[in-house]
Amino acid sequence: MREIQEFTLEDLRTHLSPRAFTGETVVLNMGPQHPSTHGVLRVILELDGEVIVNCIPDVGFLHTGIEKNMEAKTYQKAEVLTDRMDYMYAMGNILVYCLAVEKLTGLKPPPRADAIRVILTELSRIQSHLLWLGTSPMDLGAVSTFLYTMREREMILDVFELVSGARMMTTYIRPGGLWRDVPAEFEGLVREILKVLPRRMLEYEALLTKNPLYLDRTKGIGKIDTKTCLAWNVTGPTLRATGLAHDVRKANPYCGIEQYDFDIPTHTDGDIYARYLVRLEEMRQSMRIIEQALNKLPYGPVRDNNYKFVPPPRSEIGVSMEALIHHFKLWTEGFTPPVGSVYATIESPRGEMGVFLESNGTPKPYRIHYRTPSLPLLQALPLMAKGHLVADLIGIIGSIDIVLGDCDR
Amino acid sequence: MGIEQKAGNSGFITTSLESAINWSRTKSMWPLLFGLSCCAIEMMAMQASSYDMSRFGMELMRASPRQSDLMIVAGRVSQKMGPVLRNLYDQMPDPKWVIALGDCASCGGIYNNYAVYQGVDEIVPVDVYISGCPPRPEGLIHGILTLYEKVRGEKLAHWK
Amino acid sequence: MNELLKPAVEKISKKFNAKVSEFRDEVTLLIPPEENTAVAAILRDEFDFDMLSALTAVDYYPQTTPRFHMVYIFYSTKNKVYLNVRAPLDGNEPSIKTMETVYPSANWREREVWDLFGIKFDGHSDLRRIMMPPDWVGHPLRKDYPLGWEEVQFTFNFDEIDARKPKGEK
Repeated sequence: MREIQEFTLEDLRTHLSPRAFTGETVVLNMGPQHPSTHGVLRVILELDGEVIVNCIPDVGFLHTGIEKNMEAKTYQKAEVLTDRMDYMYAMGNILVYCLAVEKLTGLKPPPRADAIRVILTELSRIQSHLLWLGTSPMDLGAVSTFLYTMREREMILDVFELVSGARMMTTYIRPGGLWRDVPAEFEGLVREILKVLPRRMLEYEALLTKNPLYLDRTKGIGKIDTKTCLAWNVTGPTLRATGLAHDVRKANPYCGIEQYDFDIPTHTDGDIYARYLVRLEEMRQSMRIIEQALNKLPYGPVRDNNYKFVPPPRSEIGVSMEALIHHFKLWTEGFTPPVGSVYATIESPRGEMGVFLESNGTPKPYRIHYRTPSLPLLQALPLMAKGHLVADLIGIIGSIDIVLGDCDR
Repeated sequence: MGIEQKAGNSGFITTSLESAINWSRTKSMWPLLFGLSCCAIEMMAMQASSYDMSRFGMELMRASPRQSDLMIVAGRVSQKMGPVLRNLYDQMPDPKWVIALGDCASCGGIYNNYAVYQGVDEIVPVDVYISGCPPRPEGLIHGILTLYEKVRGEKLAHWK
Repeated sequence: MNELLKPAVEKISKKFNAKVSEFRDEVTLLIPPEENTAVAAILRDEFDFDMLSALTAVDYYPQTTPRFHMVYIFYSTKNKVYLNVRAPLDGNEPSIKTMETVYPSANWREREVWDLFGIKFDGHSDLRRIMMPPDWVGHPLRKDYPLGWEEVQFTFNFDEIDARKPKGEK
């Protein structure tokens, strides 16, 4: 086992101000194990009293080598590894992988599959924002929202379990459509959530939105403006809270989401409070999308019928020879897409998530790279934190809503 | 009925020192907050109100290793994180126990590659392994109850 | 090709003698590696490509010319289009100019490419490892680096693997 690696002050000479070397300011390590760093993030702070002079984030404590591992497996088997990157938006990682594979191979999922994909990913977005709403005020001291939001989150996880068997890592969305059709109780359960959630959200608003303690701790803290956001490639609610209405669902739509009617919430301040308001409104818009998708849910198959890439249904294997051969080839060798490279993107609760996929004609992906939203967000953290107090830093890290599995892969 | 009535209302209870101390150790074991990745979310779900962890005395997770008895390693341990884990384990005072939560902490999980330790027992000695990816909160509760049975069975002669 | 991309593609392919290719509605430009900052500056200033969406590399071992391709993906929030730009690099220790001066968001991503591929960036402010520990040897995502697959401990080979697996002691 390795020895622990420590930085000396000399190693950080380019990052720290000269006052650190004379002893005027203190260099403090906010280590990888900390109650409010939302995962394993290490931040090296240079403090003048309690005011932050310099802030250096150190990532890589959750690096899992997923990209190299996926190169060693076929396209079907590599799908399982994608769920665990951004573990809060599990359906989204796999959706963007399937969109990239479908773009590469030319598959077209049927409309029913698209509608169910939209419903599940919007439910996943609500679930991610609920967890953010639970943990981020908890860092600032409001512990009761945690218990309330986890209660709603359990209802959404029940839907995922009904549909696929697992609560978080579902692997339900496959290239070409879905794994199988949803059971009959799906619609009832989702409508129950749509009935209960708006009332509960009014409770959360009553707790936080006009609370003078919360306003004191969040207004004017962690400001960033649009030009800096674009230069540092910050996307998602953090960018929308500065005033620019940029959302991948409206700019480069996917899965037929352009047929649903929804708005993009924005705010102009760019501080923690603005991000809180933007995320609350996003949850409401997601519920609007789910309601429209449920009302318009078309009948039909849930998988494309191009059996060179998509497995045939099990009922056909018993009666048709071609189906059996296709199944055999897909399971032993995998499918071979054409040579080329694609880039597909979706909107995750943190920002724009993209997959760069390159194939060289073999059944295994030659190079797959995930463009994850948390890495640029964390890179921009020093810009938001300079000049604030240590207690504000905790609030800022909570408000940008990073997931370290997303950042380190 | 309370313990006094069960013992015949005589005013005193007899037991062995070993079982009394082991019983008291299980009643409020404080876990160290060591959630690394996805399994940490299931650990947080278990702390919430649907699967309540405070009925086992574990409602607060202590952030400081000096104040905790139980380390629940929840998630995958990468090359950079391994020595940090050992450092924290060394800082915990005796008696201490370790639960490896999930497949990645037990055996490396689905990641058999250069970046992940194949099981956290390469770094610290583990008492209970819980499988699942991620395990359901009921699975974690079953693991904690198994650990309690193990603690109740510890002998005086083997204490450090 | 998307109409909004045409002026940018024409100007760059004429000025830098770049090869244009299209695949599934995506446009890729293959430019000489010395010109990467010049191309990025033109795209940012004249054609409204305000975000560098992705920065990565591909390894084509065992061929050595080119061995790597640097891939830059630019995005324009005004026109809502993506543009891929590739720069081929030769040899086992290649180097290329840093994109940090044009797009500051390239800082950590170039550190990641240095860490995992071994491509050096000239003029980078802080080139050190980000994902692996600072004293790690090798660049993991290269094709000649092994995956690190270890034999799994089942019941039939339990004892022989137990003998050589490191174990944590109290």
